[in-house]
Amino acid sequence: MKYHDLVIIGGGPAGLAAAVSAHEAGVSDILILERDERLGGILNQCIHNGFGLHTFKEELTGPEYAERYIKKVLDAKIPYKLKTIAADISPEREILYVNGEEGAVTVKAGAIILAMGCRERPRGALGLPGYRPAGIFTAGTAQRLMNIEGQSVGKKVFILGSGDIGLIMARRMTLEGAEVCAVAELMPYSGGLNRNIVQCLNDFNIPLKLSHTVTQIHGKERVTGITISEVDEKRSPIPGTEEYFDCDTLLLSCGLLPENELSKSAGITLDRVTGGPVVDDRLQCSVPGVFACGNVLHVHDLVDYVSEEAERAGAQAASYLSGNSTADGYVKLYTGFGVRYTVPQMIDVKNMSEQTVVRFRVADIYRDKSIALYYGDKHVKKQKKRIMAPGEMEQIIIKKDSFTDGIPDSIKVCVED
Amino acid sequence: MMNEYDVCIIGAGVVGCAAAMQLSKYDLNILVIDKEEDVCSGTSKANSAIAHAGYDAVPGTIKAKMNVRGAELIKQLSKTLDFSYIQNGSLVLCFDEADIPKLNTLYERGIKNGVKELSVITGDEARALEPAVSENAVAALYAKDAGIVCPFGMTYAFAENAAANGVQFSFLTEVKNVKKSDPGYTVVTDKGEINTKYVINAAGVYADVIHNYVCDDKIKITARRGEYVLLDREVGDLVKHTVFQLPTKLGKGVLVAPTVHGNIIVGPSAEDIDDKEDTETTAASTAKIKECALQSVPNIPYNKVITGFSGLRAHGGDDDFIIGETADGFFDAACIESPGLTSAPAIGEYLAMLISKKSGAALKTDYIAERKNIPHIAKMPPEKRTEMIKKNPLYGNIICRCESISEGEIVDAIRRKPGAVSLDGVKRRVRAGMGRCQAGFCTPATIAILARELGIPESEVTKNRPGSEQIKEKL
Amino acid sequence: MKTYEITCIQCPLGCALTVSVDGEAVTVTGNTCPRGAEYGKKEVLHPSRTVTSTVAVTDGVLPRLSVKTKTDIPKEKIFDVMEVIRKTTVEAPVKIGDVIIENVCGTGADVIATKTVDKFRIQN
Repeated sequence: MKYHDLVIIGGGPAGLAAAVSAHEAGVSDILILERDERLGGILNQCIHNGFGLHTFKEELTGPEYAERYIKKVLDAKIPYKLKTIAADISPEREILYVNGEEGAVTVKAGAIILAMGCRERPRGALGLPGYRPAGIFTAGTAQRLMNIEGQSVGKKVFILGSGDIGLIMARRMTLEGAEVCAVAELMPYSGGLNRNIVQCLNDFNIPLKLSHTVTQIHGKERVTGITISEVDEKRSPIPGTEEYFDCDTLLLSCGLLPENELSKSAGITLDRVTGGPVVDDRLQCSVPGVFACGNVLHVHDLVDYVSEEAERAGAQAASYLSGNSTADGYVKLYTGFGVRYTVPQMIDVKNMSEQTVVRFRVADIYRDKSIALYYGDKHVKKQKKRIMAPGEMEQIIIKKDSFTDGIPDSIKVCVED
Repeated sequence: MMNEYDVCIIGAGVVGCAAAMQLSKYDLNILVIDKEEDVCSGTSKANSAIAHAGYDAVPGTIKAKMNVRGAELIKQLSKTLDFSYIQNGSLVLCFDEADIPKLNTLYERGIKNGVKELSVITGDEARALEPAVSENAVAALYAKDAGIVCPFGMTYAFAENAAANGVQFSFLTEVKNVKKSDPGYTVVTDKGEINTKYVINAAGVYADVIHNYVCDDKIKITARRGEYVLLDREVGDLVKHTVFQLPTKLGKGVLVAPTVHGNIIVGPSAEDIDDKEDTETTAASTAKIKECALQSVPNIPYNKVITGFSGLRAHGGDDDFIIGETADGFFDAACIESPGLTSAPAIGEYLAMLISKKSGAALKTDYIAERKNIPHIAKMPPEKRTEMIKKNPLYGNIICRCESISEGEIVDAIRRKPGAVSLDGVKRRVRAGMGRCQAGFCTPATIAILARELGIPESEVTKNRPGSEQIKEKL
Repeated sequence: MKTYEITCIQCPLGCALTVSVDGEAVTVTGNTCPRGAEYGKKEVLHPSRTVTSTVAVTDGVLPRLSVKTKTDIPKEKIFDVMEVIRKTTVEAPVKIGDVIIENVCGTGADVIATKTVDKFRIQN
């Protein structure tokens, strides 16, 4: 069986940044497995701009952002395999990969970085009533068809879900001559960035219907229209508020789900809220030597944070490979009021680096509140925020030297006044 | 389409294909026609996927006979024709002591119908067999012999075996009339007229229309809609047995069962519908089946639902199948509702027997009795998988990630006879797009493969019948 | 005097700005910070956008090449620019950063490639 020090599953933004960082930290035997025909992952189809403001201090399109990291991987001569899918990972870090050239090959890895990304929530999982005609696409599928394959999916479009991909596709389809009737959002607020609401909807007079959902899909062969209804506080449709839209296409932008089927095969513990692996402050999963970063760990708002997280994962994998794998007992992170989850979920306080970034999402829109940090019952830190919204990731930094009273039983992050 | 046949089978569902498969043993010229673009496009594609043991039907009915014989045939045919069948056993749960006599009635029916390995067990015994079963179950009918089957896999197996033995198929061919002519019938379709000595009516919910063209005693079939939800394979070990329930206050009762592919299926509802094309799902039905099923299995993780769908059952007036020669040379397989899937091979066998006798046709000497399914490469051990990929590198290009289906398998699905011509046809044959992402990732690639293999532009690739094109135009 | 109601996009706060234009004089209210005032003023007087799209590629490993306007263009020219982009076809190979359309619609902005598309070769 072949051996590699580090095998990275996925050649998207997370996998690329992790590879570069591990290489810089001295790992020479790296292999990236990528299922698509080129490196770059989902960025290849995200042809709009707005990427890289944090990382490169300039505004790039998705392919340009990817290119920066691809160049680093090529310059460092890090080996990668394209059109190669990781089919199985064992708890012993044996990876079965498959491609047309070699067949099914098992390799042993000293360490693994999971960077498989996420998938979109499909129609079936949303339980939208009606027929099952052609013309219903998740926004990302429509984006791929349009921006990579050059195929247009519809002329008159309705979009359910105001996530950023849905908003971006509203503009994209408008620019290519389609009519976008409206965007409906189940929640009373949008899940997308303000900038996208302004530049993708308002610029083209596309209405955003908050607290609305699709309650009927019409058309047997192809979508002929949809009915939407307003929803109450429990998100149930209100009878009598039905509104019909004539359209041939329904795009869905209703959430992303980390793709962790491989993680499960490796016996890795998953977090019920994030859908991604439970990790410690080194981004190490419950199986030693396996690290996770990017959207497979938790769904990010900006790719810049994916890159930053992946760089940490790469560095930590390198450290693990150089024999640095002691863990002296973890302190669990708890979520208090208003905080849906944290990544990492636990910290090895004794062995942690100078500081660790804890990322999380809030449960609702909060104005003029604070993010608070507690060690046991002790209030440690408070960070004022003008606004927090579920669509954006928040973060709080935990410094090693803040544990002045020794190692606490628990750490808690919450929203408070 | 040549227009002279010995037998014309109307309907390429599981019953029509079973009849074609059984008849193809004989030296007969056979044509199967269907109004849809592919085999298995009506009731056969949307049902509970159960091989019923045979205790439901009233003894002495055609249903009872066909069910028991069908269940037997499925076991044999699943081996020779290579489709998925698992004998997983079934439980009918009873939630009220007062209802135990109803379980006993089912038991006695089963015994009379010739069902083997049937017993009435206590609630605790049921929970020992199937730990997910509710504490509220007081007793159960346990049928060890009951099974689950892949309804698509079985139908395609019959169709492909029939085709291998010379049966022809004509799709997108809708029957407009069936007229008596010499020496048999003229089947008038939107594609032209077909002259045939014998007609088999296996038209599902439309079997009444076909029957009434020919016969004086008119029948009526009501489309009874059944809605289901399907759960991710991730939670596929929720139950091992098929868990039915006795009718309750909430209605006729729904089942919770594993599928042969490792998903969990919950349903069906039962709603009589006027429109025989109406396969909509409704919020009310979805809610109802979900609630009803919780009575049997309290902890169904509905957040793992990956899709919902409806099928139409052909419900007749008399609660029994209509099978046999209802007019000279005209053979009905009508009102085939549950247990129609289980009964299909027996119905086919019976009709083939009737027609072979009537026609005096001889058995073929070059009959092909076996058929191999499209290989599922990902299920093979790595060495075998590598060997397959070395022979055909397309087997190494995974298109559907959720179900691990390669380009090679999709190409196989298209090149089979009869082959897939639509996305749904690919999906039903090799499961590409049937997983948790519901074709989100693989749709673009599958469209491109279909376009390439069929020699048509992407904008002409359909989801199922014409009009269901996914791509509007090239940019 | 004309007034415009717009949403500030400078930060997640998304202030609802009211911008009043009276001849030369522009006043912004509803902003929380100076960046908001600046944004409001520009968005009303000279709104501009980067246009991103794709053009057809011949002989490439991909059928489409992603492109963008190198700098922002006036917002009212978006559809004119799209019209030109839509009619454009390039031949592979194309390198990221290559100019695809010079000075599109007289905006002073070039349309450039945002991806590298190699020439398609039949592999032996």
